[in-house]
Amino acid sequence: MKREELIFEQSRPGRRAPTHAPATLAATDDLPSSVLRQEPPLLPEVSELQVVRHFTRLSQLNFSIDTHFYPLGSCTMKYNPRASNTLAMLPGFLARHPLEPDSHAQGVLESLFDLQELLKAVTGMSGVSLTPMAGAQGEFAGIAMIRAYHLARGDTERTQVIVPDAAHGTNPASATMCGCEAIEIPTGPDGDVDLDALRQVVGPKTAAIMLTNPSTLGVFERRISEIAEIVHAAGGLLYYDGANLNAILGRALPAGMGFDVVHINLHKTFSTPHGGGGPGSGVVAVNPRLEPFLPIPIVGKRDGSYVWLTEADRPQSIGRLSGFMGNTGILLRAYIYMRLLGTDGMRRVSGYATLNANYLCARLASAGFTIAYPRRRASHEFIISLKDVARDTGATAMDFAKALLDRGFHAPTTYFPLLVPECLLIEPTETEARQELDDFVQALTEIRDLAGRDVGELKRAPQTTPVRRLDDVRAARQLDLTWQGKPRTVN
Amino acid sequence: MPFIPHTDDDLAVMLQTIGVADIDTLFDEIPAALRISSLPGVPPGLSEAAVTRLMRKRAAQNTDSLCFLGAGAYEHHIPAAVWELAARGEFYSAYTPYQAEASQGTLQLIYEYQSMLAGLVDMDVSNASLYDGATAFAEACLMAVRASRSNSRRVLVARYLHPLWRKAAETLLKGQTVELVELPAVDGHTDPDALTKLDGQDFAAVCLPWPNFLGGLEPVDTLTDWAHSRNMLVIGVCNPVALGLLKPPGKWGARGADIACGEGQPLGIPLASGGPYFGFMACRQALVRQMPGRIVGQTLDIEGRRGFTLTLQAREQHIRRSKATSNICTNQGLMVTAATIHMSLLGSEGLRRVAAQCHANTRSLVGALTSLDGVELRFAPYFHEAVLKLPRPVAPLLAELAAAGILGGYDLGADFPELGQAVLVCATELRTAEDIAAYRHALAGALGMAAAA
Repeated sequence: MKREELIFEQSRPGRRAPTHAPATLAATDDLPSSVLRQEPPLLPEVSELQVVRHFTRLSQLNFSIDTHFYPLGSCTMKYNPRASNTLAMLPGFLARHPLEPDSHAQGVLESLFDLQELLKAVTGMSGVSLTPMAGAQGEFAGIAMIRAYHLARGDTERTQVIVPDAAHGTNPASATMCGCEAIEIPTGPDGDVDLDALRQVVGPKTAAIMLTNPSTLGVFERRISEIAEIVHAAGGLLYYDGANLNAILGRALPAGMGFDVVHINLHKTFSTPHGGGGPGSGVVAVNPRLEPFLPIPIVGKRDGSYVWLTEADRPQSIGRLSGFMGNTGILLRAYIYMRLLGTDGMRRVSGYATLNANYLCARLASAGFTIAYPRRRASHEFIISLKDVARDTGATAMDFAKALLDRGFHAPTTYFPLLVPECLLIEPTETEARQELDDFVQALTEIRDLAGRDVGELKRAPQTTPVRRLDDVRAARQLDLTWQGKPRTVN
Repeated sequence: MPFIPHTDDDLAVMLQTIGVADIDTLFDEIPAALRISSLPGVPPGLSEAAVTRLMRKRAAQNTDSLCFLGAGAYEHHIPAAVWELAARGEFYSAYTPYQAEASQGTLQLIYEYQSMLAGLVDMDVSNASLYDGATAFAEACLMAVRASRSNSRRVLVARYLHPLWRKAAETLLKGQTVELVELPAVDGHTDPDALTKLDGQDFAAVCLPWPNFLGGLEPVDTLTDWAHSRNMLVIGVCNPVALGLLKPPGKWGARGADIACGEGQPLGIPLASGGPYFGFMACRQALVRQMPGRIVGQTLDIEGRRGFTLTLQAREQHIRRSKATSNICTNQGLMVTAATIHMSLLGSEGLRRVAAQCHANTRSLVGALTSLDGVELRFAPYFHEAVLKLPRPVAPLLAELAAAGILGGYDLGADFPELGQAVLVCATELRTAEDIAAYRHALAGALGMAAAA
């Protein structure tokens, strides 16, 4: 199995990659010694080749979309086109200081302006702000706008945000960040929101409901229009968590469903890189009643030129969310992807993502796996429950996940949503070929057979990865978060 | 079809397996009234060649300049290897390392990053990064309010902290009723002699920029001891390149700062119109459970071999939901990848030389510009930015310089009227003597003077 020493362990005193720093140490004699650093920071002393080898080798310890099928539910791990990266990293885009005059950045601004328009088109909304730097920041922006809207109307008591129990953890956490209280409501047995429970909790304190549609259960919320009526009639607004927009792109519009604000994870639907955990982008789109409150800056057009609109132009804005204007380079990647897809390509995204999910779901059902919502049409993702397998063999969803790694597949999302016991949330995305899906069915079937035959062997998985199962309890109890120059642990 | 591999044959077999006639039928649970059949606002798709042409044209519509503008984003040398490596598909197209065994590359890299970053700021522990400097600053304030022994929801902040960061923090803190209160200032930094004005008031923490927005060096030792004597936490808001040369927050005063945060862009991240960058955060060990964001720890696998995994996840939103330390889910993984490679290539000696050269170049710049009549240095000492008083209104001068291909700095008038007609200038290690001469020449021209010294 491949291993790689820490870069600190490869360090030797006096070794450097000298071409990247000035040849001599410039004088700093005008600075009092009280402000100067006395000991050098702990950084490795290595050559450029060592650096290149080390990080190349580290990269090879990863599973990634480029190397493995990665059906991680709710994360939309689709192919990230190389063109998006190459073109967003053109020197003319990278050299832009964020505070240079707008006149110097017309090419960037025009692209971002176009992106705002495209995002309006795919959501049906009338206003867009590109600044939120991740889905969770989009959620924050959305709820903050809703709060600002209520307060601007003198409606000061609306502090409750209704969240279905199946929601992403960021939803209730974002409500808290905005000073609101999250109110959970249950989901019915068919996966739709429990409308009676909803009717009971809405009222004069309702600020909003946050929904993902299709939900995290992988099914479309069929009574969305009724939900919108109930919440709007109670004076609340509707927040659309765009985590699953890939499922309905070009098939239905969040605005048409009655939502007032939507955030879109560009790193999911519009294929910007996940980068090992970010940067993301959580752009927000709103209908006219929330437009004045959009976070700044926003790209506008004035006298034929593109300009950043800030406080002066948007006095009711909830304000800034970042030092400058959010993750611009990610926005360019999404724009490039959207221009490659075009209108037909976008409908194909949802069409083939849904085709792949329903095909995989049908094949797993006929292979005898328990589908969590068998009477429902799968959206772009679906859930299988391994509760019966666990009861009969002792093999858990986690065991299946680890055994998939040995078979060359990244695991689906495990143990989320929390409602379904021993679940795998599977999202194949539109960019996977049928053969890959068939191989995945084969792997899951083999793993289930192994569970029945020799569950002990299954629990030894993974065996082909750079490390075997890790001791998470030790990691949390004997915290070791930074290298201290300690002798190496036993290999 | 872009990026969709299905053949007609595949489609037929798959539809048959599902038991539907066509793809549209798969959307039959969407109520008919909500379904749409096209996206009229979206143009037809383009080939990669056509999109390449379009984006090259857009890139060329931008105007490159000689950059003497800093103000929170700095043009430094980025080794070619940094983005060659960071853009490898195995890093670029991986996700959050939830399956640790399949993500050891990303996890070990983050552990190395945490080690380097904690060493740079001289703190015990670091998280895996936050969105950017401004949000890291806001999260540090929230963290301090949670961790402080005081019940105060007020945080003191130096007047000369980045004005845009302060605005962003105000947006992010408002919902949780955390208030920023400004420290008294004099001569371009916090006034330690005026602190008695705050006697009798309770605060959770004090935030000290290092260097501050004006490039100046705050009296951090005095302020740290003052804050600690009043049971406040100390948050150091640092430029990471400056720490190659300047005293790290862990060494401020008698006990050192408690939390360090800042903008990671100077560590190998291109300017790129303001993002993506990354925010960093580190703290003393005792505060680690109040830290937001992902954290990677070292542990052992079942065979006793070293491995890395996400840890302390009980702080995070996917476990604690509404009670989490923050709603943050992502870190800026790709940017941290670049920064870790960047720091490895520079090493401590390289970083120190870069920092010292930035300082020396800014001194040269200040010397060259203040040789012009009416241009005066306002404050010293400074690191790699300095405030210059100009004899004429700043905005039209900067516009004239920009037209001549020079980003001349940041106009301080709107944010800090007490500074008068003042501009914040910056020269990183990349600015040469010729660059500085070009600035001087252009400024002399704009001021209507002869360029000769």
